[in-house]
Amino acid sequence: MILDHFRRKKYKAVKNLNIQPDILIQCPECSAMILKSEMFDNHKVCPSCGGYMKMNARERINLIVDKDTFIEYFRDKHLRDPLKFPKYKEKQLELRKKLNQDEAVICGIGKINDHKAVIAVMDTQFMMGSMGTIVGEKITKSIELSIKKKLPLIIFTASGGARMQEGMFSLMQMAKTSQAIAKHNEKKLLYISVLTDPTTGGVSASFANLGDIIIAEKNALIGFAGQRVIKQVTGTTLPEGFQRAEFLLNHGLIDIIVERHNLKKTLTDILLIHNHIQNTKKG
Amino acid sequence: MKAIDIVKISRSPERLKALDYINYMCKPFIEFHGDRLFADDPAVIGGIGQIDKHSVMIIAQQKDRNYGMPNPEGYRKVVRLAKYAEKFKLPLITLIDTPGAGCGIEAEERGQSTAIANCLLEFSRLKIPTLSIIIGEGGSGGALALSVTDEIWMLENSVYSILSPEGFASILWKDTNRKDQAAELMRMTSYHLMADGFINKIIPEDGGELYHVKNEILSFLEKVLPYTAEKNLKKRYEKYRKVLGR
Repeated sequence: MILDHFRRKKYKAVKNLNIQPDILIQCPECSAMILKSEMFDNHKVCPSCGGYMKMNARERINLIVDKDTFIEYFRDKHLRDPLKFPKYKEKQLELRKKLNQDEAVICGIGKINDHKAVIAVMDTQFMMGSMGTIVGEKITKSIELSIKKKLPLIIFTASGGARMQEGMFSLMQMAKTSQAIAKHNEKKLLYISVLTDPTTGGVSASFANLGDIIIAEKNALIGFAGQRVIKQVTGTTLPEGFQRAEFLLNHGLIDIIVERHNLKKTLTDILLIHNHIQNTKKG
Repeated sequence: MKAIDIVKISRSPERLKALDYINYMCKPFIEFHGDRLFADDPAVIGGIGQIDKHSVMIIAQQKDRNYGMPNPEGYRKVVRLAKYAEKFKLPLITLIDTPGAGCGIEAEERGQSTAIANCLLEFSRLKIPTLSIIIGEGGSGGALALSVTDEIWMLENSVYSILSPEGFASILWKDTNRKDQAAELMRMTSYHLMADGFINKIIPEDGGELYHVKNEILSFLEKVLPYTAEKNLKKRYEKYRKVLGR
């Protein structure tokens, strides 16, 4: 088949292929040209090399949540611009229109193989998934909803960190979300944090790494400081696989790496085990 | 004065550092070491002492030790000592002076993110009066980790921000030369942060900083003791809960 030719490595450097862009998609890992439908049917896992493409929030919800069970909460109509940062409001408006979503996180309640949970999914399409006041507020409200409804909480993170354009107001969202998790802990409720590519900076150093269970997707970049900054500060080259999910697993920082195809099954199993505990307690 | 000039003053090596305040205020002061897991981080000073008749726990960042940039073991020491303070009902005072959390391969290997996140989580629930004072640079998450407290004060010429103005200009405009403009825009000086409701008090820098800090701490301790955990925890929670942009 002609497509097999495109998948061969020797075609990797070829650019400007005269192919309709809406049919083919290039794998960011191995550069193979893949049929778009094939890539999407495979949950954006490259059929050629097994590499992962980033999923947006809607795609993630479709992958994890039972069909037609997701009810979205906390859509925010306001625009926040506490520093009056040049062109920031315009940028927010433009993205809202383009993506048809209010911010870099979508929150709600849905079922995972019939297990109800509060689910928040971050989205790097919206300003690198950065956490400004609206993202911090929606995450906090989701944590509070989980407490109110006594439901498990699952947060999928994908974020470059705190949103610079909102300055201290963004930084304080780290405190706001973390203290809400502290409260959630005291209620003995389950919080599963799923770290996807990338989870760095202020999100990594707050609620993302405070899960009872921390799951990471294969090869996801997870860390506090940016690699460019670390290189600059230390003047050394970074080791192979630095700040990738496998690196974190080896250093004892996360519980488990789960393949995207198995993610729903793993979450179901965890919820099942915890539901059983709940039911046993109730007697 | 321009914001960038205050940034420069806040970073001056001539400035009073954490130990200057501790040695002036406390008699005695006993420094404790280590996170009981891996190592002792010299950038973080922690220990018990008395300020006049009040027993307190002090945790501080010392700028001339590894630039005051704590590694994960430093933040783990912070949590260990904060829990110690809670156990013995000692009011906790933190002195903040850091360009940011330690940045390097080893810091990542040992879980810098987790260490900071745990500080935020634990500080938010401490059943003791807590106070943080920014004495020089309050850099990003590295400073926030020690400042989820009942009250936050700043020395007049200290700064507290999401990132250095150089970093901010570099990320947003790819141009570190615009750091002056960044500093102005970021609202990172004590007066800006007071106006925005992030801090409770500005300590004047008129040459009497040591005296002022000690005096203000004494009035703080007299004000908050005896202490009712329930009410204070709620108040501390509400303070951060309501932070929303405008």
